[in-house]
Amino acid sequence: MFEIGLGHYLMLGTIIFAIGIIGIFLNRKNIIVILMSIELILLAVNINLVSFSIYLNDLTGQIFALFILTVAAAEAAIGLAIIVIHYRNSGTIRVHEINKLKG
Amino acid sequence: MINLNFIYSELFLAISIMSLLIIGVFKKNSSILIYNLSIISLLVCLALIFNFPISENVELFNKSYKIDYLSSFMKILTISSGIFVLLSSNKYIQITNISKIEYPILVLSSILGMMVMISSNDLILFYIGLELQSLALYVLASFNRDNLLSSESGLKYFVLSALSSGILLYGCSLIYGFSGSTNFFTIADNLTANSHGLTFGIVFILVGLSFKISAVPFHMWAPDVYEGSPTSVTVFFAILPKIAALTVFIRFLYIPFFNLIDQWQMIIVFLSISSMLFGAIAAIGQKNLKRLLAYSSIGHMGYALAGLATGTNQGIQSSIAYISIYLFMNLAFFSCLFMLRRDEKYFDNIKDLSGLSKNHPLLSFSLLIVLFSLAGIPPLAGFFAKFYIFTAVIAESMYFLAIVGLLSTVIAAFYYLRLIKIIYFDNEKDKYETSHNIGLKLSLLFSTIFILFYFIYPGWLTEIIEKINII
Repeated sequence: MFEIGLGHYLMLGTIIFAIGIIGIFLNRKNIIVILMSIELILLAVNINLVSFSIYLNDLTGQIFALFILTVAAAEAAIGLAIIVIHYRNSGTIRVHEINKLKG
Repeated sequence: MINLNFIYSELFLAISIMSLLIIGVFKKNSSILIYNLSIISLLVCLALIFNFPISENVELFNKSYKIDYLSSFMKILTISSGIFVLLSSNKYIQITNISKIEYPILVLSSILGMMVMISSNDLILFYIGLELQSLALYVLASFNRDNLLSSESGLKYFVLSALSSGILLYGCSLIYGFSGSTNFFTIADNLTANSHGLTFGIVFILVGLSFKISAVPFHMWAPDVYEGSPTSVTVFFAILPKIAALTVFIRFLYIPFFNLIDQWQMIIVFLSISSMLFGAIAAIGQKNLKRLLAYSSIGHMGYALAGLATGTNQGIQSSIAYISIYLFMNLAFFSCLFMLRRDEKYFDNIKDLSGLSKNHPLLSFSLLIVLFSLAGIPPLAGFFAKFYIFTAVIAESMYFLAIVGLLSTVIAAFYYLRLIKIIYFDNEKDKYETSHNIGLKLSLLFSTIFILFYFIYPGWLTEIIEKINII
């Protein structure tokens, strides 16, 4: 049996981070999916921080992860509120219809 | 015992935000009262910074919070431009019906976030300050909530800014993991060039920060957000976050990452060159003044980054001088924009400026000064700003950067001069209203006089800035 070490956790974090970034840029349908992708990115950062913290035997990383969790919740709340007011104004939250501002 | 004397201004601002919220909840129709109270609390904050000798150099809270000359100077810039922004947009927010109690409170909390960012000497503290600033700015961008453009700009700003925060955080996690600490001094000690993890971390952090100051190729949010959000928020966006983000740039590049200057120097040069060129070229075809100013500010950020790319104290000082003068020019331009009001409606297209000089000679004259200064024509302040940058860049023999900068100044002069031609030589339109509130007149007068008479004694600004020695 092989050991699961720091490298595996970092790889997991990188993959989740990449899925989040790709999800934002390839997404053509719904803005909620973008919100989920942002959460994925922050989750990847948390995985990174916690595994580094265990590996370094240093608590700072876990404290940092707690701060990120809190801020991510606030960010999601504000993002949903902005999506709601945009839906009230335009009647749609499809990504390719958010194009009134351009030039 | 930690000496709290040095963070009185932050503490006062935090307490006044909370008490203003309570006043707003319990007192009906208190939006104007809260607006004035928040201006007063910013003034008190400014006084509290001046209360202590600003040349003091201390680190608080286990070296995670740094009060030095740079942070005090940048905080003074941030707070005083915040005061002027609030003063000049007073009438605008009443007429466009966004005069709610939350508006000045959100402005105050984003200023608090900027102050934390400016002083931070630790990744965690920096992140908290950044998010406090950004979360307030998301709401401010979409504050005119019945307007489709405003909500759309808020949505775009939210998505792109959250993405950039995520990228920046990923960089922070890599830096933490490979250097073993979140404190800038410890990171600087543990930084070595042969670790790829650290190099990746630096690149991610630089990407996230250049999103915040809208440097090309991470500028795509700026034009849309500037155009869509209410003008009072656009002026805020154009000035304050740039000051804070530039300070953070200086701190990151010159404290933790300074040993790796060979690795980041080319990145900053690339960001600077592409921003200067793109800002100059893309602004030519614009029809909306706010959008034009967005491209112009992208170009100006390119010049500020050129100063940072040098890696010398003189370069940093020239960047700081550039951002201070840029602040006054933008304040003057937006004050002029606030004066284009007719029948309770504000105008922000280029064609609305047509023939302005016939009916409003004074307003046109100050616009003329501002536009000449933005184009960098001597003897106005904008010329000196560019002069400092080019001197610092040439002193380091980075001739290519200086040549590209000069060329893009020439290209950018075209669209500034076109505006002057439209103001002075095109057919005139209906008159705009001439009654403005005292705060707007004051900020236009103050900033125009600063730009016009800066050349008489340029020493007073440079003498202050020359005391900022980071390296």
